[in-house]
Amino acid sequence: MKNKYSIISLIKNSFTYHENWQKAWGDPEPKKEYDIVIIGGGGHGLATAYYLAKKHNVKNIAVLEKGWIGGGNTGRNTTIIRSNYLWDASAGLYDHALKIWEKLSQELNYNVMFSQRGVMNLAHNLQDVRDLKRRTHANRLNGIDSVYLNTQQVKKFCPIINTSPDIRYPVLGGTLQRRAGTARHDAVAWGYARGADEMGVDIIQNCEVKGIKRSGDSVDGVETTKGFIKTKKIGVVAAGHSSVIANMAGLKLPLESKPLQALVSEPVKPIIDTVVMSNAVHAYVSQSDKGELVIGAGTDDYVSYSQKGSHEIVEGTLNAILELYPIFSRMRMLRQWGGIVDICPDASPIISKTPIKGLYFNCGWGTGGFKATPGSGDLFAHTIANDEPHKLNAAFNLNRFISGDLVDEHGAAAVAH
Amino acid sequence: MFVINCPYCGQREQSEFKAGGEAHIVRPKQPTELSDDQWAEYLFMRKNIKGIQFERWVHSHGCRKWFNMVRDTSNDEIKAIYKMGEKPPVK
Repeated sequence: MKNKYSIISLIKNSFTYHENWQKAWGDPEPKKEYDIVIIGGGGHGLATAYYLAKKHNVKNIAVLEKGWIGGGNTGRNTTIIRSNYLWDASAGLYDHALKIWEKLSQELNYNVMFSQRGVMNLAHNLQDVRDLKRRTHANRLNGIDSVYLNTQQVKKFCPIINTSPDIRYPVLGGTLQRRAGTARHDAVAWGYARGADEMGVDIIQNCEVKGIKRSGDSVDGVETTKGFIKTKKIGVVAAGHSSVIANMAGLKLPLESKPLQALVSEPVKPIIDTVVMSNAVHAYVSQSDKGELVIGAGTDDYVSYSQKGSHEIVEGTLNAILELYPIFSRMRMLRQWGGIVDICPDASPIISKTPIKGLYFNCGWGTGGFKATPGSGDLFAHTIANDEPHKLNAAFNLNRFISGDLVDEHGAAAVAH
Repeated sequence: MFVINCPYCGQREQSEFKAGGEAHIVRPKQPTELSDDQWAEYLFMRKNIKGIQFERWVHSHGCRKWFNMVRDTSNDEIKAIYKMGEKPPVK
């Protein structure tokens, strides 16, 4: 039984110099067999295991992580959470996640630092204005809070934006989702890991999957660096490496893995209290609680697993940032990194069964998976437990690439790819 | 970021080029006879290899010619470059 985190436990532990805190999750050796094996110990994978144990009463689950939990794209993203997507299917999916975010800290007894500071998307040309207005209307029809702002309202909401008509791509307006915001990415992985561990999920770190064993068209287990693990159901949540796992099972996916970069500045006093995204000039920025500006750059156009991107991608983003926020002209950047994102042709995810019985994929989140973490885990758990998708992820099946029923969200994805 | 040896122009920075995805995917000769599965395979399914991948590139800010490349996607090391229509080099 886990001790509950509270102000009382904090005070109690201060008397022992915080040296007696209980471990948040264990370090078990893998068992010979599990009912369900989740490949990938990021936010989505840990959330999947958590909801499988909590809502579907599966007791014998392992999460296999090749590095350490939350050390992949969960720890590399820019932590933005919003649900202002265009199509009904996406609105249902992302707003489901946002509703879980709103109660997540309480549910997990773990502060994920969810901050509904609003997300603003800027328009820089006439087509942007039309697209964003259309998206605002679509959002409101789906019950998602979204408003369109003119240039003066944008300036009022975020005064440091340069709204001069003389800049190369002037701000013509924007949309605002007030329920949107940010959360602490590590805390999401750690909170789900702690919750899953408490319900008996084995979180096995430093355990890389080397092969998928099949008999006929169903799965038998996984070969790992810690030996063979027998199982009848495998849920793959491996982000940029989804195709690598799929290839092990003899399956091809409609994905391309590309580097996506982000960077943070030196910490400064509070200067921007919201998230501002700009699709057209490719600049988005928010400020972490530590005071660093968190800046997201774009993807490179070639397939790479190197976790390194091109300098001109960063340069392009910073050029746009400097024009929109002249106040940042003397900021120094502290760190820059890349993550490998798995991009679908329609910029929507895949949460689906596959032609192989017992093999499930949750992938294709591309540049925007973090926001969906709780909803993705919940719906993927449902799909694995029932061998059928939930109605909220039914549209996000693998079959849509054959039927042609794509969910084109390139406009709402906000990162050009 | 890396340097690419364009078969027509010589060594240039990668920022002058655009990647065109997996190479040697042949457009079906009789598209009307394909099943939906076969179309999906041609249009969307990709090997997305971690390791040695054959791919197309175009020197978009240079000679604007297309060519093929063999590249290790795990570390971006270029193994070979050959012109369109030429046979891919064997390992």
